[in-house]
Amino acid sequence: MIPAQFDYVAPGTVADAVAALIDGGEDAKVLAGGQSLIPVLRLRLSYPSLLVDLRKIDELRGVREDGAELVIGAMTRHADVISDPLVRQHAALLAEAAATVADPAVRHRGTFGGSLAHADPAGDLPAVAVALGAQLVAEGPGGRRSIAAADFFQDYLQTALAPDEVLVEVRLPKLQGRWGVAYEKFSRTAQAWAIVGVAAAVRRDNGAIAEARIGLTNMGSTPVRAGAVEAALAGASAEAGTIAEAAAHAADGTHAPSDLSGGSDYREHLARVLTRRAVTTAAGL
Amino acid sequence: MTRVSMNVDGVVYEDEVESRTLLIHHLRERLGRVGTPIGCDTSNCGACTVLISGESVKSCSVFAVQADGEQITTIQGLADGQGVNGEAVGQWHPVQRAFQQHHGLQCGYCTPGMVLAAVDLLARNASPTEDEVRHGLEGNLCRCTGYQNIVKAVLSAASELRGEGPLPGSFQDSADLTGVGA
Ligand SMILES: Cc1cc2nc3c(=O)[nH]c(=O)nc-3n(C[C@H](O)[C@H](O)[C@H](O)COP(=O)(O)OP(=O)(O)OC[C@H]3O[C@@H](n4cnc5c(N)ncnc54)[C@H](O)[C@@H]3O)c2cc1C
Ligand code: FES
Ligand code: FES
Repeated sequence: MIPAQFDYVAPGTVADAVAALIDGGEDAKVLAGGQSLIPVLRLRLSYPSLLVDLRKIDELRGVREDGAELVIGAMTRHADVISDPLVRQHAALLAEAAATVADPAVRHRGTFGGSLAHADPAGDLPAVAVALGAQLVAEGPGGRRSIAAADFFQDYLQTALAPDEVLVEVRLPKLQGRWGVAYEKFSRTAQAWAIVGVAAAVRRDNGAIAEARIGLTNMGSTPVRAGAVEAALAGASAEAGTIAEAAAHAADGTHAPSDLSGGSDYREHLARVLTRRAVTTAAGL
Repeated sequence: MTRVSMNVDGVVYEDEVESRTLLIHHLRERLGRVGTPIGCDTSNCGACTVLISGESVKSCSVFAVQADGEQITTIQGLADGQGVNGEAVGQWHPVQRAFQQHHGLQCGYCTPGMVLAAVDLLARNASPTEDEVRHGLEGNLCRCTGYQNIVKAVLSAASELRGEGPLPGSFQDSADLTGVGA
């Protein structure tokens, strides 16, 4: 279908984008890669009066280091995240998860910031942001503010961003020391969204697991951390039996949805199995 | 209306477009380049795939205004020497030739998108494994072929583009097509 009519601007700076959003009011929307927004507009599920396209704002693109943090511009495309050497070195979990997003054509347009701002519980990258403790930097009329990933995702397709705020960049703490990572995604067909996904980063120390960070995709209306598994793994020996015992807690405290892809009990089972696999791989076993 | 200028298959077109016009509609209805079909309403099928600066994109999921200033290759630009690999005029692109030789199409509806996705894939990976071809084409759905011959065609094109010649089993090698079923 053809989307309903809207006005379109493509400003050159974040400040101009924010000004355009303020002018446009409640019905103005940011356009990034369009890979979630354009399908929604084509199905006429949404009627924005104005789209503010970020594509001409160069400062929103690219990856750089800032001390102990890796800074990824919101408009950095999935394809660029996957191939970026800094991401591979300091946030390999993100590269691995981004490589499972959609298909090559979608990854040529879709952006990291767009994936987070869209906040689809089945999206692969929100769980990574939560697991790695990302800080999301937004700019609005009052300047910039930083939002912890855990506070950013509020509900199904709902984030802490105000309508006149632009997500500018994502700051990921670099993984220091001996970290292994894995993203386990379960879906039934090619190019499909995750029924459940598990993002795991594990730091090994002398045969033990010093620290584990685990994020769950599609186990609730927002991405969540598997806190009980993380606690059970901290200081545990890096052995199959210990990991399996810890992974049995993967669904603790979650509210997994039931839909055509599976009931919540099925998702809970998947979360446990995929957590065991992801942690096993990340621990290098 | 917004003024846009884009290079499509080697020709620069300037136009006024509505902001809601999808690139696929602009190509088909305004520029008359109907070689690129529309297969779905959900951005899933990949039939509408074109290249923007050599990279595959779903032209149903890009607004024409977003393609302002861009270089676009459709299936109609591949054969004429305007394509990304600079083929001689009148020659088919090796990927097109391989689809014909390996029977990589039946109804042909998915073929323009499939061929362009394959061109993009081979530009990034000159020697893909069968598995890499299957994953590389996961955004393109075919309802006819069962994919087997599409994968064969892409592997054959890869071999030809590497200068190692097409893979055996292609039609051009089979002795007599007219004898089939006789
Ligand atoms: C066929 C298909 C399959 C897919 N499969 C997957 C999958 O398996 N896993 C997965 O994770 N994703 C999948 N996606 C979604 C894809 O990852 C999108 O790229 C992503 O969700 C949105 O990014 P975008 O840049 O395209 O954002 P857009 O579509 O442009 O925007 C999405 C939303 O975020 C807002 N927004 C975007 N950027 C900003 C910003 N900087 N500041 C404020 N608001 C902003 C927009 O206003 C809009 O509401 C799929 C998409 C398609 C079409
Ligand atoms: S028509 Fe574009 S993906 Fe189906
Ligand atoms: S040949 Fe018919 S859809 Fe692929």
